Amino acid sequence: MKNDPKKLLRYTPSERANHWLTAILFFLAALSGLSFFEPLYYPLTMLFAGGVWTRIIHPFLGVAMLISFAVMYAHFRQFNVMTPSDREWLSHVREMAGGDDRNMPEAGKFNGGQKLLFWLMTISMALLLLSGIVIWRAYFSPLFPLWLIRFSAVVHAAFGAIMIGLLLFHIYAAIWTKESIEAMLYGRVRRAWAKQHHPAWFREITGGGK
Amino acid sequence: MALQSLDITRRSATSTQPPDRRKTQEVVKLIDVSKCIGCKACQAACMEWNDTRDVIGANHGVLDNPMDLTAASWTVMRYSEVETDRGLEWLIRKDGCMHCSDPGCLKACPAPGAIVQYSNGIVDFHEESCIGCGYCIAGCPFNIPRLSKKDSKVYKCTLCSDRVAVGLEPACAKTCPTGAIVFGTKEDMYHHAEGRISDLKSRGFAKAGIYDAPGVGGTHVMYVLQHADKPELYHGLVKDPDISPLVSLWKGVAKPLVTMAFGAGILGAVMHYVTKGPNEVSEEIEKEFKDEK
Repeated sequence: MKNDPKKLLRYTPSERANHWLTAILFFLAALSGLSFFEPLYYPLTMLFAGGVWTRIIHPFLGVAMLISFAVMYAHFRQFNVMTPSDREWLSHVREMAGGDDRNMPEAGKFNGGQKLLFWLMTISMALLLLSGIVIWRAYFSPLFPLWLIRFSAVVHAAFGAIMIGLLLFHIYAAIWTKESIEAMLYGRVRRAWAKQHHPAWFREITGGGK
Repeated sequence: MALQSLDITRRSATSTQPPDRRKTQEVVKLIDVSKCIGCKACQAACMEWNDTRDVIGANHGVLDNPMDLTAASWTVMRYSEVETDRGLEWLIRKDGCMHCSDPGCLKACPAPGAIVQYSNGIVDFHEESCIGCGYCIAGCPFNIPRLSKKDSKVYKCTLCSDRVAVGLEPACAKTCPTGAIVFGTKEDMYHHAEGRISDLKSRGFAKAGIYDAPGVGGTHVMYVLQHADKPELYHGLVKDPDISPLVSLWKGVAKPLVTMAFGAGILGAVMHYVTKGPNEVSEEIEKEFKDEK
């Protein structure tokens, strides 16, 4: 049973809904945004009823994603505070990627890599918002000087690309770490999974027992 | 303007060769500021030929009317009263698209074919392909394209590409009563400008010269200026314009770099998965929780 109550609850239904809403909005914003960045991706505008519609809805998709992300940020921030142990985890990340986790310090609910990703995504979202407002021609660009519009176009493109890179990494990490996609889909994880990947969190919620 | 053309040198957001089977001579509209009397016949002719009608504006107490380029006013006379070593001078410049050899608007445009450059040098907007993003406005070194509030398309001077295509001169040049606007091949216009400049120099304008903006590879609208050393006197005509390095970064090197980085990242992930295998729960821990499975 996917939601066997003996399993450990990792993500509540509202956390999952919030995560997947953000994910869908991210995909829509990224696919529409790529089409303005590089002509190679211009055919993606066909997913959004053509170039003009893509131009019209991309900023609204971005704002919707930002709101959904902001809810997620406000809620998950408490679990993503970097500790010395997380920094230690990050310094051993190459061994981890090589398949050797013997030297990894015990991860809590989130490991150092997940926390770093969380903060990098938060910074990218904030910069995408600020630069996006400046280059939103239909409503805001006329309020800003030309140099700032040019600068913001570069910032928006750069952090859009960085954001997509971070998300590709996030998706791969989820595929690589078996059962973590199920955790975000159904909410519960096996005790063995928790002990393997997040030992400190496992101890915290089970009191150390099996 | 949309015309089937076989003489397109550049096409926006297109990395392959556009149809350029036919080569035409490079043309230039030369505007001799020293001959301009500020009558605005060129503005009227532009409206007439292109059938654009701007909204009736308000009087701002100056001759400039309208006060700025708009989606319906593709050329405007700019009047500047300046103090020079010759005393008070009244400088009148016909403002509009310069038709750069290296057009910043075309470089910035993300919509394939919305901006084209013909082999005669004219940079033309094809509004039916325009998506209204305004990137050309950020790309232009001369602050020329204007976004229409009605249809969210950008508009600017076409250098009467439709007239030029059939051997006519632009409407503004046709109508100019003092001969301040002349039109011809780039070579001929240089020759004409040289004559005008030596005339101006003989009349005491020691710094008279041509404005051809080498920073954007030269332009297909050139000025003869009495004070070529100070183009900014002419209502802020840009001195040494070029495509902003930020625009070059944004619509230049960044594009292939980012695509290559995405490709390398995805390939790297696949290789990592097939060489290192997935990150699973260890046998040891599985045994420990055997009863749970």
